[in-house]
Amino acid sequence: MSDTTHTGPVLAADGTPLKRSLARALRMQKIRALMLIAPLLLFVLLTFILPIADMLFRSVENRIVSDTLPKAVVALQDWDANSGVTPDEAIFAALAADLQVAAQEKTHTRVGSRLNYENPGISSLFRKAGRKVKRWDLAEDGPFKEQFLKIDEDWADPEVWRTIQTYSGAYTNGYFLNAADFQKGAEGAELRPENERIYGTLFLRTLIMSLAITVSCIILGYPVAWILANLPSRTANLLMILVLLPFWTSLLVRTSAWKVMLQQQGVINDTLVWLGLVADDARLVMINNQFGTIVAMTHILLPFMILPMYSVMQTINPSYLRAAKSLGATNWTAFWRVYFPQSVPGIGAGSILVFILAIGYYITPELVGGTKGVFISNRIAFHISQSLNWGLAAALGSILLVVVLALYWAYDKIVGIDNVKLG
Amino acid sequence: MKLTKLTALAATTALCAPMAMAADMANEMTIVSWGGAYQESQLKAYVEPYQEMHPDLKVIWDESSAEATAKMRAMTEAGNVTWDLVDVVASDAMRMCDEGLAAELDHDEVLATAPDGTPASEDFGELIVSDCFVPQIVYSTTFGYRMDKVGDTPPSSICDIFDTAKYPGKRALQKRPIDNVEWALYCDGVAKDEIYDVLSTDEGVERALAKLDSIKDQVVWWTAGAETPQLLADGEVVMGSTFNGRLFSAIAEQNQPIDMLWDMQSFDLDGWIVPADLPEDRKARVMDFLKFATDTQRLADQAKFISYGPARASSAPLVGKHAVLGIDMAPHMPTDPANAGNVHVYDYEWWADNRDDLDAKFQAWLAK
Repeated sequence: MSDTTHTGPVLAADGTPLKRSLARALRMQKIRALMLIAPLLLFVLLTFILPIADMLFRSVENRIVSDTLPKAVVALQDWDANSGVTPDEAIFAALAADLQVAAQEKTHTRVGSRLNYENPGISSLFRKAGRKVKRWDLAEDGPFKEQFLKIDEDWADPEVWRTIQTYSGAYTNGYFLNAADFQKGAEGAELRPENERIYGTLFLRTLIMSLAITVSCIILGYPVAWILANLPSRTANLLMILVLLPFWTSLLVRTSAWKVMLQQQGVINDTLVWLGLVADDARLVMINNQFGTIVAMTHILLPFMILPMYSVMQTINPSYLRAAKSLGATNWTAFWRVYFPQSVPGIGAGSILVFILAIGYYITPELVGGTKGVFISNRIAFHISQSLNWGLAAALGSILLVVVLALYWAYDKIVGIDNVKLG
Repeated sequence: MKLTKLTALAATTALCAPMAMAADMANEMTIVSWGGAYQESQLKAYVEPYQEMHPDLKVIWDESSAEATAKMRAMTEAGNVTWDLVDVVASDAMRMCDEGLAAELDHDEVLATAPDGTPASEDFGELIVSDCFVPQIVYSTTFGYRMDKVGDTPPSSICDIFDTAKYPGKRALQKRPIDNVEWALYCDGVAKDEIYDVLSTDEGVERALAKLDSIKDQVVWWTAGAETPQLLADGEVVMGSTFNGRLFSAIAEQNQPIDMLWDMQSFDLDGWIVPADLPEDRKARVMDFLKFATDTQRLADQAKFISYGPARASSAPLVGKHAVLGIDMAPHMPTDPANAGNVHVYDYEWWADNRDDLDAKFQAWLAK
């Protein structure tokens, strides 16, 4: 009796409890699996996640003011920005000490251009002052308030000091406010002047045009994918090459080809004039606008729509359609009630692929979009390489990332990401 | 015995000294430029002759001058600057110098004197706009037009750009406020020396944009210098602004039906900067090359390949004929007196301070 009523833990052959032994074996397996993917994990972490995190961090980071002007920032803490009074000598002396160090390290123009984003004109104040302050003797040359005002009267403007005070923190929401067409006024966030608002329009335009491109890809891609899926495989393979051929051609070549096709003295307009459909002096404007962007990008992204659709349609058994027809369905009913629902996962996969690619495109809109057909990415590129306002570029990029994630989430709620099949 | 050894040692040291110095120079140099015909002219005028003198030297070209400031800033932040010599426009050079990305140079010390002994700083004169900048060429942004589409009276004034009644058709303008707003104000009746005073006010900016508004729906906006010559050649635009060298190459080298309008051309400079804090051996090589590449003869040679004016006063008389076409190059230079009757020199400092503000307004205006 006693050996069958044993209540202790079940033991493995070596005497350890079976549960622990099993856990150890599983852990070993997990570690081995992890080791196998470790190189990839590390690679993704180092080259993808970290740079993105670093980029996103730039959108709130604002250490430059407090790092470059440490004494002035401390001195300014007790100054009341709303009093409308120019700060006193102590604050000017602190700024002089800071600027002397900064001018030697050549960081004063950087802080100048940082503050210039918020209050145009500050950049020149810092430039001019830096040049002079470098040669001052801090012990002898006071009082500094007079000296600064001699360099430029604008140093007396409380608005300048308010800007320094407002942006003296290590972190700021200034870039995000700017990216949403807002600015920090005396009483908190306020809309920017009407002639400087641009980002709202651009975000909206990017979304609407990406949607238009996705829809036109569905309309053009669906019949092609259907034909590919229903032809004998030899013909289908030949046609597949025709779909893939442009896919293998350089993006720039294809975009430039559209320029040649669509411009006013281009192939299409020439043909229309020759046919007499369009007067020579009233040629159609088809490029450097939204139309040009939609046409060129639809062409470029079409394979991303056709391929997932094709791979899903291939798995739909043709006998379902025959069965539907034999039960009395018309062609349309058979297609719409039987075939189409089964092809929806392909449309879903293609749409999400095309839409997310479209939303971040910038080369094609830059070349064929003119002014009305450019996307938010073109502004991001502009701020990265031309205006060098990386903080604003990071903020715009973060918003774009959040928008994409939100749309993905909404898509998951409505269609369900499980329904997306890539093959 | 001991003495001979010593003499031998001394002799070898003396022999080796120049070799050791040469070994201190890096044998690789990365030059950053703009690509195209301009880079070709640099290659022909100074890089190839220099490489003939130093056959071991390997030169790597990078064509990212358009984004040089951003890339220099990124490389400096990452602590790994891979460039040795960078060709930039004057405003970028000033910006990089201010931010400490470019090395400050003593022009008289590092550059060759003129043949008559004039020190470099005098020979380059006012064109040394920044302590870090070694000017190479003077170029200008000016207008080209289609000869066959302007009727019997070709445009003679910059303000013809705004006259869509007399010259119907599209125009190409650079997609940035610089130059465009100045031209707009000038043609709106502002005196040349008051342009920046007017632009400094909000009303002035609005006035400039309002003037540009009158031709807005007729404008094709370009970002790369090659676009306007192409648009002109295609007949897409009737007239358009671009760099004078690009127009010269379309007219003289490709025989396009294009002519140039020399009025209110906007002068600008292009030259070298050396990244700050280069390692010793790389810096030695760059300085040696820089001295060679910016001497009087080399800068004059460059004008054989492209119609940009040499930045040295002493080079101007040496400008000869085009290397391939054999035509006289002097009349095609933006600095030639016949072309430089009415020029516009844009205010670097004003733009450095106001660029962010004006860009925001200009881009918002474009998007409307």
